[in-house]
Amino acid sequence: MTAADASARIRETFGVEAGVDGASVTVAVPRELWAELGLFALKRLGCCYFNWLSAIDWKEQGLEVVCRVENLDAGLVVTMRTRLGPGETRCASLAGLYRGADWMERECYDMFGIRFEGHPDLRRILLSEDWEGYPLRKDYAVDTPFAPYR
Amino acid sequence: MPDTQVRQTVEVGYGGNERLMMNMGPQHPSSHGVFRMILTLEGETVVGVDAVIGYLHRCHEKLGETLTYVQYPSIASKTDYVAAMTSELAYVSAVEKVAKIDVPRRAQYLRVVAAELQRIASHCLWLGTWCLDMGGALGGGATVFLYCIRERELVLDRLEELTGARLLYGFHQVGGTRYDIPAGWDVKVRETVDFIERRIDEYEAMLGANAFFLARTQGVGVISRELAQAVGVSGPLIRGSGVNYDVRRAEPYSSYGDFDFVVPVETAGDCYARYRVRMVEFRQSIRIVRQALEGLPEGPISSRPGVKSVGQVRVPKGEGYARVEGARGEVGCYLVSDGGPKPYRMKWRGASFSNLAVLPHIVPGHKVADVVAIMGSVDPVFGEVDR
Repeated sequence: MTAADASARIRETFGVEAGVDGASVTVAVPRELWAELGLFALKRLGCCYFNWLSAIDWKEQGLEVVCRVENLDAGLVVTMRTRLGPGETRCASLAGLYRGADWMERECYDMFGIRFEGHPDLRRILLSEDWEGYPLRKDYAVDTPFAPYR
Repeated sequence: MPDTQVRQTVEVGYGGNERLMMNMGPQHPSSHGVFRMILTLEGETVVGVDAVIGYLHRCHEKLGETLTYVQYPSIASKTDYVAAMTSELAYVSAVEKVAKIDVPRRAQYLRVVAAELQRIASHCLWLGTWCLDMGGALGGGATVFLYCIRERELVLDRLEELTGARLLYGFHQVGGTRYDIPAGWDVKVRETVDFIERRIDEYEAMLGANAFFLARTQGVGVISRELAQAVGVSGPLIRGSGVNYDVRRAEPYSSYGDFDFVVPVETAGDCYARYRVRMVEFRQSIRIVRQALEGLPEGPISSRPGVKSVGQVRVPKGEGYARVEGARGEVGCYLVSDGGPKPYRMKWRGASFSNLAVLPHIVPGHKVADVVAIMGSVDPVFGEVDR
């Protein structure tokens, strides 16, 4: 499977244009199709290697979730993205498809406050349970005061 | 308290098949960092693991958004402080990718030499501490540890001569390297790797024929090929599970395509397979160092003038992900630039984070003593797990 094949299949199934750069394919879908895209990448594109998942805060335009999966045998890289929309924090979980998404989504929840629906154990991973706020959001200032001993 | 009462209390708490929750860490010596595992035990067998991380969390990703492209590389080395060269390299590669900055060939070769020496030093520390953790089975365990640390010192001496620092180097900068090699350094490096190569034979003789070592590592902590991919482990872990995946081959960076080396792959997926992979990597790293020093091109070491003021790097709007093969696996950096002097968003893909995530899947079913052996074979560095 080459990047061009993958791009063509994505166009057929989701009706969106995927960007191709070498062996790397980048595809953005609406939030509702996120889990479907994950399943498609795993089953149809053979991307069973889960690399990482994270998010970007685009301020008033809302959050964007980015996930990179790979088909190691074919050398194919698929970067999946979805915009959640302004003020939206819900997103479908990929933890049922990729076990690596478990910790990555927990980290993403910890840092951005994205609620991954269907995640088996969504709680903070790096910060303590009683931490207030989501540090990687743009409205969280670096010098946000916090009580030192809790 | 009367004696009988004490005995009763003890007996009540010691009933047959009931489950016991036990904290392993956060200050357990075998984690070589701060890591807590809440183990659920049935007798001596682990039936459940809850891994608690984050004790070393400094929010590098937020820090990266507040520091300029010139300032951050020296902080990048503090993510994986045992292999600082590759962490720095991941960050500067990402900046170079987004800003489309070329790196002179000499700098690329120097990067390779530094990264491979770092891999040798890191693997030395891994082997030593792992054998120390498995303790008594290896005749006190400290023997291998002291030998490995002795060899690691030699490599650190070379890196000190190159950069002036022994642990956190600040060697890489956007567009090249900060320092050229000092006079006579290449000869010293060749002597060092020749010496270490002989020592590796000794380690293998000590461990490979040790029945206790084999009993504690073979068939322990098996990661299947499917699990390795689904969790996203990389480096020696995934290669020990039968997947031929090495970033140096999959997406050659920094002139790795010029060098002749073997990517070791083992299929068993257990602790012993990971040990075998790393022992071969030692030798391959030495091979690469020799080739890179042999073919070291002449020329400049940086495509940019010396850094005089911060904010000198201009990165256009865009994004990119650059990855390198660190000692523990794929170290990646995802950068989003809005055209300003600092990244809009920076994400670290720490190899140790993904590698450690496999623990809850493989530890259940093993004895408590094996947990130590398994964790050592994963080789996590908690600066990189928690970032």
